[in-house]
Amino acid sequence: MEPDAIEADAVVTPEGAADLGAHTLAHDQTGAGMPQLDFNYYPNLIFWLVIALVAIYFILSRFALPRIGAVLAERSGTITNDLAAAEELRGRAADAEKAYDKALADARTEANAIVAEAKAEIQVELDAEMAKADARIAEKTAESEAAIAEIKAGATENVSIVARDVAREIVTALGGEADGSAVDQAVDDKMGARA
Amino acid sequence: MEEELHGAEAIHGEEVGGLVFHPLDQFIVRPLFGENGDPVHWYTITNATFWMALTVLAVALLLVYGARGRATVPSRSQSMAELLYGFTHKMVEDVAGKEALRYFPWIMTLFCFILFANFLGLIPMSFASTSHIAVTAVLGFGVFFAVTIIGFVKHGTKFLGLFWMSEAPLVLRPVIAVIELISYFVRPVSHSIRLAGNIVAGHAMIKVFAGFAAIAAVSPLSILAITAIYGLEVLVAGIQAYVFAILTCIYLKDALHPSH
Repeated sequence: MEPDAIEADAVVTPEGAADLGAHTLAHDQTGAGMPQLDFNYYPNLIFWLVIALVAIYFILSRFALPRIGAVLAERSGTITNDLAAAEELRGRAADAEKAYDKALADARTEANAIVAEAKAEIQVELDAEMAKADARIAEKTAESEAAIAEIKAGATENVSIVARDVAREIVTALGGEADGSAVDQAVDDKMGARA
Repeated sequence: MEEELHGAEAIHGEEVGGLVFHPLDQFIVRPLFGENGDPVHWYTITNATFWMALTVLAVALLLVYGARGRATVPSRSQSMAELLYGFTHKMVEDVAGKEALRYFPWIMTLFCFILFANFLGLIPMSFASTSHIAVTAVLGFGVFFAVTIIGFVKHGTKFLGLFWMSEAPLVLRPVIAVIELISYFVRPVSHSIRLAGNIVAGHAMIKVFAGFAAIAAVSPLSILAITAIYGLEVLVAGIQAYVFAILTCIYLKDALHPSH
């Protein structure tokens, strides 16, 4: 490589001159000056590279890769299982909710049935009581009507007796001779006409 | 680290004032033990060895030690490890299909190595393993050959259907086949140079700005620039590792399903 040679020329000291020999010698070895192009290094680099690659391959294929692969597989398995378990639990929760809803609906219909039955029972009882009450009312009414009729009849008779007596008294007071049967006849006629 | 500094001096001679840039010295491979200038044999334990070993250690630390709890509810380090695993696994499955998961450990190996090497290379005074074309070329051509072999083993000669566009007009098909063939063979080159080039460019740029910091007047600006580029390089480190891995997946998909 040229720059190196120029630089070596620039350093002209006794030691430098001594070095110059070794330097150019070294450069003859190193070809164009780029260490990458010095074929003297190649066997060494290639040998140790192959050793390094074989070592890495051995370490990876024997220890590292199976282990990491197993851990990753185990983890994905765990995750899948957990997800499946969660899914199952969710299904169970849904079932429980459905069962709860069904129980609620059943209870509601049962309650409605019980209410309806009770209502019907009460209605029947009520009707019976009503009928009984109606009958009693009718009985009382009839009794009362009979009593009223009796009282009415009694009153009418009293009125006719009073009227006959009054009529006889009036006839007598007017100086006539009270004809009993004629007076009765007349009073009855008048009352009959009124009634 | 001091050794590294010392090594740079030894190679370039003493630096007496002025602006001296050695942006590429950070990529020099040195023996970790022994004298400087010792030859680098194929078996020599070098700084590259050290940082690649650290990469292996970092991968193990995160993916084995970090994930040791095996907890269903992960700790912080475990979820980071799981994130890296899940990210790569999903990428392989999405891009290359289910049957490509057989090769998932290999792609994970490549991705982890590049990712951690890139990040470790960003530590000041460290050595970026992925900056060397030798390293990325081994990775790139390794993927290329592996994918080609998988393609031929799975589909036999039908794999060549990858280059034969049955939807195109008959006249154009040979031309397209040639273009496809060339692009197929260019793949490993671009695959490896892209990674090394990105890492080298970023690291060298940081080093150049660091060189400017020697001038007092521009040093605040230089430090600001280093900070900004460092942030960019963190991004590049992740993105290049991802790009390498996803391209590997795409090539793998071509090998598994060669028909267009």
